[in-house]
Amino acid sequence: MSKTITIDGLAVPFQEGQTIMDAALASGVYIPHLCHNPEFKPHGSCKLCTVNVNGRNVASCTMPAVEGQQVLSDIAELNADRLALTQMLFVEGNHLCPACEKTGNCQLQAVAYYLGMMSPHYNHFYPQREADASHPDVMLDRNRCIYCELCVRASREVDGKNVFGLSGRGIKTLLVVNSASGLLGDTDLAVTDKAAHVCPTGAILIKRHGYAVPIGQRVFDHITIKDVQTGGGDE
Amino acid sequence: MSENKVRIATCSLAGCFGCHMSLLDIDERLFGLIELVEFDRSPLTDIKRCGPCDIGIVEGGVCNAENVHVLKEFRKNCKVLVAIGACAINGGVPAMRNNIDLWDCFQEVYCYEGGLECGQIPNDPELPLPFDKVHPISEVVKVDYFLPGCPPSGDAIWKFLTDLLNGREPKLDYEMLHFD
Repeated sequence: MSKTITIDGLAVPFQEGQTIMDAALASGVYIPHLCHNPEFKPHGSCKLCTVNVNGRNVASCTMPAVEGQQVLSDIAELNADRLALTQMLFVEGNHLCPACEKTGNCQLQAVAYYLGMMSPHYNHFYPQREADASHPDVMLDRNRCIYCELCVRASREVDGKNVFGLSGRGIKTLLVVNSASGLLGDTDLAVTDKAAHVCPTGAILIKRHGYAVPIGQRVFDHITIKDVQTGGGDE
Repeated sequence: MSENKVRIATCSLAGCFGCHMSLLDIDERLFGLIELVEFDRSPLTDIKRCGPCDIGIVEGGVCNAENVHVLKEFRKNCKVLVAIGACAINGGVPAMRNNIDLWDCFQEVYCYEGGLECGQIPNDPELPLPFDKVHPISEVVKVDYFLPGCPPSGDAIWKFLTDLLNGREPKLDYEMLHFD
């Protein structure tokens, strides 16, 4: 007999060892997230997946599911916090969607759409960040990095290479690569590596594939990230 | 001038006029719109100064001193100010120069081979003072509503305007909300 938690009043079954996020995704319940990807160990950094469990706010991607938990997720208060976090991500980087190859297929953008973000609200930081085009097949544009560490985890856990890492703290955090020169072209990253394909934004792009899909046919042009990630359809 | 019509002003700051083109993309619905509104300052009327208005629609970001002057005039005269398009909301494509030194930027545009002015950077006193960065208009004045897109579609503009004119809180369907 499976154990269950309750998410927004819905009974959601889980197996021992699953997180609240694992159980939610397995049952088609969407909890907004950016740094989480079921293929990798949880990171718990973006905080978009914060839910209220028995009166306490926790990251659902790292909190184990426990029998009888009463979870609130899709409520106005938490969605307002998620919107504010997403807006902060937009102003802390240089996210110029009209000029980005990832637009239409970008998870940061899609989460913003899902949350009804009409503007970044906060004053922009316009940080100085370097792009790195030294690799023959992969482009690194730090302007769009949201520090989710998915490339770090993919490189370490799947590719076995440790190409990427985060350096520094707070606003000075920087996505770095593991080569003496500091250039991506001098690492052993291959275009076939998982790390080259896992970025939720346009920070890591495959060269010579830009704007391959016309506007109107891209992933999030018609379908919300909720439906993409839960396999749902129009409601 | 009708006393009953809603008065609208529009302008383009550091933008490409694409949002105004999208405004024209509401096509034959313009005939219905013109029954409800009249335009004050706008590229559609060629009126140069903004007078008292109900709604001000601003396309483009702030990249020079003249942009600030125009924007403040809009804010002073318009009861409701709308930022339309990516440039007005976050600087958009013009903000791509924010990480480039302004002098380097001018040299690239005007001085290098193939540049626009045969090696001379324009320096007429009538030219507005450029800023070193392009800013969203919300960093200069209070903005009441934001309509994202590059540009927002004619349908999105129509939905937004008709919501506003009918006293509803503007709300876009999922497919009308996009940042590109």
